[in-house]
Amino acid sequence: MARFKTALWCLLCSLPLFLEGGWAHAQGALDGVLKSHQIRIAIPTDYPPYGFVGVDLQPQGLDIDMANLIGAKLGVKVELIPVTSANRIPYLQTHKADLVISTLGKNAERERVIDFTAAYSPFFQAIFAAKSIPIKSPADLSGKTIAVTRGAMEDQELTKIAPPGLEVRRFEDNNATVSAFVSGQTQLLATGASVAGVMMQRNPQLGAEYKLLLKDSPNFIGVAKGEDALRLRVNSIIAEAHKHGELDKMAQKWLGRPAGNLPD
Amino acid sequence: MAVELDFAAVLSQWPLLLLGVAWTVGLTAISASLGVLLGIVCAWVASQGPRWLRPLVASYVELIRNTPFIVQLFFIFFGLPAAGVRLSPEWASVIAMVINLGAYSAEIVRAGIQATPKGHIEAAASLALSRMQSFIFVVLPPSLQRVWPALVSQIIIVMLGSAVCGQISTPELSFAGNLIQSRNFRAFESYIVITVLYLALSMGARLLLNRLGARVFPGAHRG
Repeated sequence: MARFKTALWCLLCSLPLFLEGGWAHAQGALDGVLKSHQIRIAIPTDYPPYGFVGVDLQPQGLDIDMANLIGAKLGVKVELIPVTSANRIPYLQTHKADLVISTLGKNAERERVIDFTAAYSPFFQAIFAAKSIPIKSPADLSGKTIAVTRGAMEDQELTKIAPPGLEVRRFEDNNATVSAFVSGQTQLLATGASVAGVMMQRNPQLGAEYKLLLKDSPNFIGVAKGEDALRLRVNSIIAEAHKHGELDKMAQKWLGRPAGNLPD
Repeated sequence: MAVELDFAAVLSQWPLLLLGVAWTVGLTAISASLGVLLGIVCAWVASQGPRWLRPLVASYVELIRNTPFIVQLFFIFFGLPAAGVRLSPEWASVIAMVINLGAYSAEIVRAGIQATPKGHIEAAASLALSRMQSFIFVVLPPSLQRVWPALVSQIIIVMLGSAVCGQISTPELSFAGNLIQSRNFRAFESYIVITVLYLALSMGARLLLNRLGARVFPGAHRG
């Protein structure tokens, strides 16, 4: 039993260590960035065309371009931090990143824990499946299996409309979600249109197609709660880039359509 | 600024946590029984079994012990469908855990068998026991008794390793913690809760298995 007691003590004693870090510095993100001439931006590497790893093993995509644009406007170096859908918000909460530019949609749950800038690119989520599976309404989902990335926007939207008979399989990141669908482990796939686009392009044998819209949700940039100086600065960069057509150019390059109207 | 810990937000999801605990315990119970059995069979082959089977068992043990568990799991879940074998996440998890524990326990049990004094086997032979009877009644029980603590540790390791089964959407304990965390963003509280649950599960399992060992092998080690 002595060993169990030791283990318990170790756990208890280490708690204060966890509590120390992270929370001490609110409001100082912009100062910190300007002082260190470096901004840490969390980006996706599993979500083409927003963020993926190219053949040269460097991250690229719309979100990476946006990160570099903000770095350039601030006149600082950009440190890109690859994150997944599931851990991008914890990265902000624990101040491991100054900004999250990672196809982040805005909703009430998220607004409770982080702040959002204006939107910078368009996005929508939907359900995809093979042509042979008829799906016209959420009720048709009953009795099917569906893959979705845990904690992503589409997970929340899907949970809202899922009929009782739908078996939802949640995976850690988009790659695992898409793999589950492509390998036939699930019949349906709930994901962003762009991810689905790449998936369908690479796997024409599946005969997958768009079935049901989950949500139209443009992407926002996440900042840690209370970092107003940084948020307002980024907002003005976005507004300017929108006015000068830089956002449209970026959306055209990666999504094949202009950014259009984006909510603040 | 003080940290506000909101455990209520996590604990209110207790059905998910309970389901997670049940899956973790269930996966571990099944894979521990089958895995140790598989390990004993492999140890038998490696020490006394048919010669032609030995390279096969040796390759299996080397393959599993020298590759990460998560890769084995992904191979079974994402890889095998290409060969037409489609398993549910739960089955894939059980099979991966059994295969994994089988390889490790094969080596542990083999070590116990190798430490059997020659005199025991000769005594069994002189009592006209067949090779199989000799293995099952004379060699195996004291061998298992010798390596029981090591087996218990390995079973605990496999139980903790089952945390990665959540990656293929098996609803075990860390999957529950991750899901709760991604819904209410109470990451710190979620992980504290599942850490405590894992600790309790490990301590409980160790206690139970040590008791079982003392029961099955009277006069054996006590932990």
